[in-house]
Amino acid sequence: MTEMNLVQAINSALRGALREDENVLLMGEDIGTLGGVFRVTQGLREEFGPDRVLDTPLSETGILGTAIGMALHGLRPVSEIQFADFIYPGFDQLVSEAAKYRYRTAGEFHVPMVVRTPYGGGIRGGQYHSQSPEALFIHTPGLKVVCPSNPYDAKGLLLEAIEDDDPVIFFEPKRVYRAVKMDVPDTTYRVPLGEGKVVRAGEQVTCLAWGAMLYEAFSAAEEVAKEGVDVEVIDLRTLWPLDIETITSSVKKTGRLVIVHEAPRTCGFGGELVALITERAFLHLEAPPVRVTGWDTPFPLTHEREYLPLVHRIAPVLLETARY
Amino acid sequence: MQVIRDDGSLDSKLDPGLSVDEVIALYKAMVRTRIVDDRLERIQRQGRIAFHVGSLGEEAAIVGAAAALRDRDWIVPCYREVGALLWRGYPLQRYVDHMYGNADDPVHGRQMPDHTFSRPHRYLAVSAPIGTQIPHAVGLAMAAKKRDLDECVGVFFGDGATSSNDFHAAMNFAGVFQPPVLFLCRNNGYAISLPVERQTATRTIAEKAAAYRVPAARVDGNDALAVFGAVREGVQRAANGGGPTFIELLTYRVGGHSTSDDPRIYRSEEEVDAWRDADPILRLRKHIEHRDVWNDDLDSDWRTVCDLEVKACVRRAEQKPAPELGEMFTDVYAEQPWHLREQQARSLGGPRAAAEEDES
Repeated sequence: MTEMNLVQAINSALRGALREDENVLLMGEDIGTLGGVFRVTQGLREEFGPDRVLDTPLSETGILGTAIGMALHGLRPVSEIQFADFIYPGFDQLVSEAAKYRYRTAGEFHVPMVVRTPYGGGIRGGQYHSQSPEALFIHTPGLKVVCPSNPYDAKGLLLEAIEDDDPVIFFEPKRVYRAVKMDVPDTTYRVPLGEGKVVRAGEQVTCLAWGAMLYEAFSAAEEVAKEGVDVEVIDLRTLWPLDIETITSSVKKTGRLVIVHEAPRTCGFGGELVALITERAFLHLEAPPVRVTGWDTPFPLTHEREYLPLVHRIAPVLLETARY
Repeated sequence: MQVIRDDGSLDSKLDPGLSVDEVIALYKAMVRTRIVDDRLERIQRQGRIAFHVGSLGEEAAIVGAAAALRDRDWIVPCYREVGALLWRGYPLQRYVDHMYGNADDPVHGRQMPDHTFSRPHRYLAVSAPIGTQIPHAVGLAMAAKKRDLDECVGVFFGDGATSSNDFHAAMNFAGVFQPPVLFLCRNNGYAISLPVERQTATRTIAEKAAAYRVPAARVDGNDALAVFGAVREGVQRAANGGGPTFIELLTYRVGGHSTSDDPRIYRSEEEVDAWRDADPILRLRKHIEHRDVWNDDLDSDWRTVCDLEVKACVRRAEQKPAPELGEMFTDVYAEQPWHLREQQARSLGGPRAAAEEDES
């Protein structure tokens, strides 16, 4: 066990994967000599050499397109896209190619690749260093979407994603990168994809969150507990394929659902979660499911704490929902 | 660069030195490709298949390049290169079954016609977005290099693809990482309706390679032996650790872009006729006749063989049923997740759509 923050835990996962499997390689902008703009890959080029930790030219299309080619030939590339906001030039490669290769070849070819990318706001990054585009990828059949909230899960999920035979988009909450520390095993343990986790058991309201907003949901739950409202908080961890069992059984128990995400509201993943739960647990619902989300604007700078669904916006919704 | 002279003799300095058997095999594969193409075009016109994208006039650029690659080398297709796949021994019946999207279609009716692939033949999957396959080829070649395999990768694309984001990204990565990849640009004059003069302001396409420090050649793409020689040279460079090569294959798309196109809207019959005279099959035939190893009887016998073969494949393909509906829901992921299991059950247990002809 070593106490690690999220950056260190992800670094530890990458180091473990590089040591265990010679087919794993890392590629991205500034990830080698510099160790990445967030230093997530620090020291890895020194240990594994420039052929396994590739500093690439500045092209998301090139990074993701060549990663697909490598994955088609038996490697397990882990690409870093410097900010999720910059993934769009490579979007076509992910959506038209990586996501569909298995289907369009009836399994004869597949693309075992991981795309790591820091996402989310709260770091004074403005509209191009703060976005949360997870819904675009969840909407694409063939992709898996993972978003850990803490160092332990991040390491275990990333190792599992690298071993997975399907393309995985791995969103890292950059607001949490250095904000949270916990004991993380030094082994290459796995956290399975597709399993959510109840991080706070409760009886009255189910609150779903992931990534950086998990902490806000948790704090809001603690706050309303003082007023006698007992909230169950679930960290989705894998956004797709979703752990439908865990969340459905929670809502059947509580009868109330609040979803928190920082991505814009309209067509955000929250809408899909509301639909899925309503279809499955309609007769158990005691209140309308509610979303607490980013607003439908581009991500702002000065007022980012009013854009984000922080405790001050979540807590009142939990109370209203509990007392509906 | 041209190798076959007008009288069918070869420029001895550029002759790639193929044996009689090798040249005849190349010629026969080009003829077979054209006959298959022609048959598919006809049955599409009759409404028996949905779509076809042919290679009329480009057989030398496609089959000649495939012949110059070694069996262990990869082919990354655009979408007009089924001749290269057939050259590698892909069963014609399987291709025709794919064209019909029937129960024996290797992709279970999930894709439009002419979206072929085959791992055993080291032939990646056709995809319709333009240029996206070019970085795959570079990545594949980077992987081959990293794994120390003596393989190279030939990637086909058209003149239109050289305007794509992906082309420039791929060329740049190839220049920087020096993997064993051959960029095979079929400059066939048009990207659907847009002539190459409007696609790019550069005088040639090959000159773009210089900006990425990738060595380039420009060859007569209707001269199968010139194509063979240039590609073989690129393979040798790659095999010797010399990195990427760009080859501009100057040819002409005598047919439409696809069966959905009407090229009369954007080009003249005179222009097309001039290129019919430069036919790559006639050209190679002239050479083998010059070598005195081919004649009218052999030619018509081979054409009959090919014609009967493809007609038999079509007949069998038409008798096969549609793929199972359940196959629509598999291969999205390695293991089928809960939501696809649910949707599959709902679809299979639910009402069926009216057949298209029943719709008013």
